[in-house]
Amino acid sequence: MAESATQKVVALESLAPPAELQRMTPVPRQSLGWLTDKLTAFNEGKTPMWWWILFFPSAIGATVILPLALIYKISSGVGLWGNNMPVMWGWDIINFVWWVGVAHAGTLISAMLFLTRQHWRTVIGRAAEAMTVFSVMMAGLYPGVHVGREWFDWFMFPVPTYEGMWPNFRSPLMWDVFAVNTYLIISTTFWYMGLIPDLALMRDRAKTPVRKFLYGVFALGWTGSARQWHNFEKAYLILSGLATLLVFTVSSIVGMDFATAQIAGWHETIFPFYFVAGAVCCGFGMILVLLIPLRKWCKLEDIITLAHIDKICKMALMMSCIMGYIYLVEFFVAWYSGNPYDAWVFGHRMFGHQYWYGGWMMIVVNASIPQLFWIKKVRQNLALVFIIAFVLNIGMWFERFVIIVGSLFQDFLPANWGVYYPTWVDVAVYLGTLGTFFMLYLLFVRFLPMIPISEVKGVSPEADPHRPVNGVKGVEA
Amino acid sequence: MTDKNYGMSAEFDSAAAVLDAAKKVRDAGYRRWDVFSPFPVHGLDKVMGLGNSKVGWFSFLFGAGTFVGTMAMIWYMNDFDYPIVIGGKPMFSEPMSVVPSYILLVLMAGLGTFIGMVALNELPRHHHPLFAKKRFELVSRDKFFLVIGSNDPKFSETGTRKLLEDVGGAQIEMVEDK
Repeated sequence: MAESATQKVVALESLAPPAELQRMTPVPRQSLGWLTDKLTAFNEGKTPMWWWILFFPSAIGATVILPLALIYKISSGVGLWGNNMPVMWGWDIINFVWWVGVAHAGTLISAMLFLTRQHWRTVIGRAAEAMTVFSVMMAGLYPGVHVGREWFDWFMFPVPTYEGMWPNFRSPLMWDVFAVNTYLIISTTFWYMGLIPDLALMRDRAKTPVRKFLYGVFALGWTGSARQWHNFEKAYLILSGLATLLVFTVSSIVGMDFATAQIAGWHETIFPFYFVAGAVCCGFGMILVLLIPLRKWCKLEDIITLAHIDKICKMALMMSCIMGYIYLVEFFVAWYSGNPYDAWVFGHRMFGHQYWYGGWMMIVVNASIPQLFWIKKVRQNLALVFIIAFVLNIGMWFERFVIIVGSLFQDFLPANWGVYYPTWVDVAVYLGTLGTFFMLYLLFVRFLPMIPISEVKGVSPEADPHRPVNGVKGVEA
Repeated sequence: MTDKNYGMSAEFDSAAAVLDAAKKVRDAGYRRWDVFSPFPVHGLDKVMGLGNSKVGWFSFLFGAGTFVGTMAMIWYMNDFDYPIVIGGKPMFSEPMSVVPSYILLVLMAGLGTFIGMVALNELPRHHHPLFAKKRFELVSRDKFFLVIGSNDPKFSETGTRKLLEDVGGAQIEMVEDK
């Protein structure tokens, strides 16, 4: 039995792709100690110059631009934004949907691919989940300030008050409050729980008392005993199952916010699925934008290999095909339904006098450019992958612009029509959230292990207890 | 625990070695022992007879309780305590109340899972007798420890040391319970 299995492996290896593409787990036949040193090197080494160069502008966005823009907006009102009477949702909701979208790919990689036993996801799971946590934070900010009177935000929660008023649970906007908060809490919990064994590792390796104390506090006294691992693995499995549900739920509910309105261009049953697909598509773009430079700068090319980039590209390609299909379905239904308002909105989406460029961005950038990922040479050219992923993020932003502004600015009565332009306050809030996101991500990369070290050890060849290592023969169970 | 000693520890270099040793320790009749490793060693839970983890019960109870509780809450708020007709929709119906209840189910089941993991593992516990050992810091790196508790009925200083030597353990030491 064992012999035939070995023969099978040998036979398969002769058919396998080149070594660089084959490596799913870290460099084989390296010891666990080597792996530990390699994966903690960036956290324990000196802060490199590139980190400071990226950190300063991000920190200015997070600590200067965002607070000032928000204070100005909250003290003066929504009128500072470009939102106006037909276009009541502007950059605030566009950016909300965009940030939620970025989050979804992170959960898909860290939770859903874990459930489907895709071992290659082990290496990038933590980085992807961190992206989720930080982008949901940014997303959650927008509805909170979009309501106009931020001091009434607590109306959204079922708090008993003297008026005896309760939230209206019949509205998807109400579901959204719960969905986004749940998403933030669950993705943070999932991310933190996965970090615990690695925090214990950082505690054990810490050279200074401050580091030892801080890592130690957050490691909760993890010892790595078999009993702890036993409960930990079960909890990790259940949490990833629950997080997988959220991949499909949160953006669906965001989609329902739109679909329950009667605006032409919003009132579509495809919206929940449309938003999930768009979210994941955008998120794969973001994870590529983050990982391609980081793997080089953090010297992790042996760990996050071209094979991982290749697989993420293929996922992005698949999502891009789904997006293209949904765009086609939308246009088809607009024509087939015979609804003149739908036909008007979708005709003007591509050929209108205003915002026609957004419609073309959708088709060209989201549905067409990622088709280059069919070509293997493109998937292996990191500069090209980075550019495509970057443009994909912009394209997905324009998709939300088209859906929101493009559908609102010409509603049922021509007398109501208007135009929408963002103001500098809109731009400042967006830049502030971008800065905050990148600042948090840079801090994460610097101080926490970006690669889940214990998980990577668990899938390395040494982890197999039936594989004799160091001359000690494993006994069949 | 009034014993001065916590137990006796032995070091191993690989998952295969520690799994092999664990089987022999089990066959020797010891019951209060544990293995410490940098990653979950598969097969150990069977050898140690850990059965199914109870974390799932936490998730289930938190989740199910929240679902039922949220459905009841929505009925109370929108249908019983302060009913208002909005958009001609029914005061209470399943489609509208299942969604927030399901979302909160995910939230509380997730938190329950985390709480269950922490509680069952007796965390946070920032002190452990093994932390006093300098070499124990290697467990999170690449070493595997097998520790036999001194509260085990079969524990004897010479006998246990002999067994740990026989199963191939290195650096066999008493662990003090400080």
